[in-house]
Amino acid sequence: MFEASQLNIRNRKVERLWGLLFLVMTILLILPVLVILGVLIYKGGPILSIDFLFTEPKDGMTAGGIFPALVGTVWLVAVALLASVPVGVAAALYLSEYAPDNWLTRVINLAIINLAGVPSIVHALFGVGAFVLFFRFGTSILAASLTLAIMTLPVVIVATRESLQAVPQAFREACWNMGASRWQTIRHVVLPNSISGILTGVILEVSRTAGETAPIMFTGAAFFLPFLPQSVYDQTMAMSLHLFVISTQVPGVPEAMPFGVALVLISMVLVMNAVSIAFRMYLRGKKKW
Amino acid sequence: MDKAVQVLVFVGGVSAIVFIIGIFVFITKEGLPFLLGRFDVAEFFTSPRWRPTSEHNPTYGALALIAGTASVTGLAMLVAVPFSLGAAIYIGEFATGKTREALKVLVELLAAIPSVVWGFIGLSIMNPLIIKTFNVPVGLNVLNAGFILGLMAAPIMTTIAEDALKAVPDTYREAAEAMGATRWQVIFRVVIPAAKNGLVAAVLLGVGRGFGETMAVLMASGHSINLPTSIFDSVRALTATIAAELGETAVGSDHYRALFTLGIFLFLITFIINLTADLVVRGIRKK
Repeated sequence: MFEASQLNIRNRKVERLWGLLFLVMTILLILPVLVILGVLIYKGGPILSIDFLFTEPKDGMTAGGIFPALVGTVWLVAVALLASVPVGVAAALYLSEYAPDNWLTRVINLAIINLAGVPSIVHALFGVGAFVLFFRFGTSILAASLTLAIMTLPVVIVATRESLQAVPQAFREACWNMGASRWQTIRHVVLPNSISGILTGVILEVSRTAGETAPIMFTGAAFFLPFLPQSVYDQTMAMSLHLFVISTQVPGVPEAMPFGVALVLISMVLVMNAVSIAFRMYLRGKKKW
Repeated sequence: MDKAVQVLVFVGGVSAIVFIIGIFVFITKEGLPFLLGRFDVAEFFTSPRWRPTSEHNPTYGALALIAGTASVTGLAMLVAVPFSLGAAIYIGEFATGKTREALKVLVELLAAIPSVVWGFIGLSIMNPLIIKTFNVPVGLNVLNAGFILGLMAAPIMTTIAEDALKAVPDTYREAAEAMGATRWQVIFRVVIPAAKNGLVAAVLLGVGRGFGETMAVLMASGHSINLPTSIFDSVRALTATIAAELGETAVGSDHYRALFTLGIFLFLITFIINLTADLVVRGIRKK
């Protein structure tokens, strides 16, 4: 009586076919990237060594290591974070805790979407026009980092807003009922419950900032500088630009070298992303509500 | 204290608006003298001759650059849209539990690979591969850049499309299943139509991403000014032109200002794309 009819069998077959098709598409989407990662490791792996990481480039960047570029990227990311995290967290606090549902809030949200969507080279043009020329920072770490900061601001805002909104409204209401002010509630209840989510967003921003090339090309990153930057008014080398330079602009670079640089850069970015994702999952598992 | 904090976070919130207006003002400030002076609309949109460095008769036709950007982005979307939507449907509707989590994490990691690394992959892996497979003299062309760009845009489109599918209430699915619909009927007749706007927005944002991508296109497209007639032609994109030439121009020269004018053009187009995507998404919420 409950035997599957012809129609049922056919339907089940069709369903399995569709599932298979979509699975294949998903795999085809991910597979090329895994293959590419494999090639990067295979070709760039052998050149990696402590020396490669901690010595200067030599012989017109055809030998030696990547130390100044590595240090430069750390400078650029650190200064960019100092500028964007406070602004981004403030913006997220406003949007999540204070903003009424009006046209201004909608415009702010639209501005955030657009900041994230403007091409990186247009951010670079803005950096040149505003920071290098108008504010007279010159081509410097300061100009490059501020450009990066504005470009990656949406990452901090979106991640922070999400973790603030994940704090249950009942927590806030309980606090208000005790007579606490808005800021006291935020300071003692909302922020402590969302700080780790905010950190996740910051790590994500670090990884995003470290990989950017176009915004720093004309604002503060140099093709080749044999010394390390001393202050934010110096220019600096950077990992991402270094990869571009030695793979397109410099003749006679041994093949393994750009692969090595690409491998170091991609490892930095992926490791930080993985940490951020793992952290987020750990937090989700730990949540008491 | 309360008042001070409120003002402070308000300033933070409004800063996003200040920055986006600031971007427009500053690139316009640098580009305007060219726009009001040397700029010729007809030449810009119809002439394929971008020769800003010619000594006697510099020309500023952006048609070939627009065609370069359009061909690369078009091919990228042809590759990425079906696969992203397919992957989003698989992750959102078919996969369960651990598989689903793992796939989502993988897709997120893919989105994190820096564009200069993608460009390098186009240059060092795709280039020889295309030369060998298709027996063509140059492997840096529309095909290479389009494929790379497709791989770059796919994770973003997948994530946004999956979000759109997830936003369809489960009650829709349950109602359809209760009527005896099979899983694929539920997906194609109920879930996808309900998530249509979100899916369109995902594609739009993917297009915006492809349009604005700089380093990967600069390195993988061959960088020669060309109206492409086949996918094996080298092209030059709008973004790549700015990246390649800005370093060689004198501040304040016509050439320098012309590059900022390209920037204004790019800004306006991505602005329109993002605005449209936002309006489309808002469309579903209203309903």
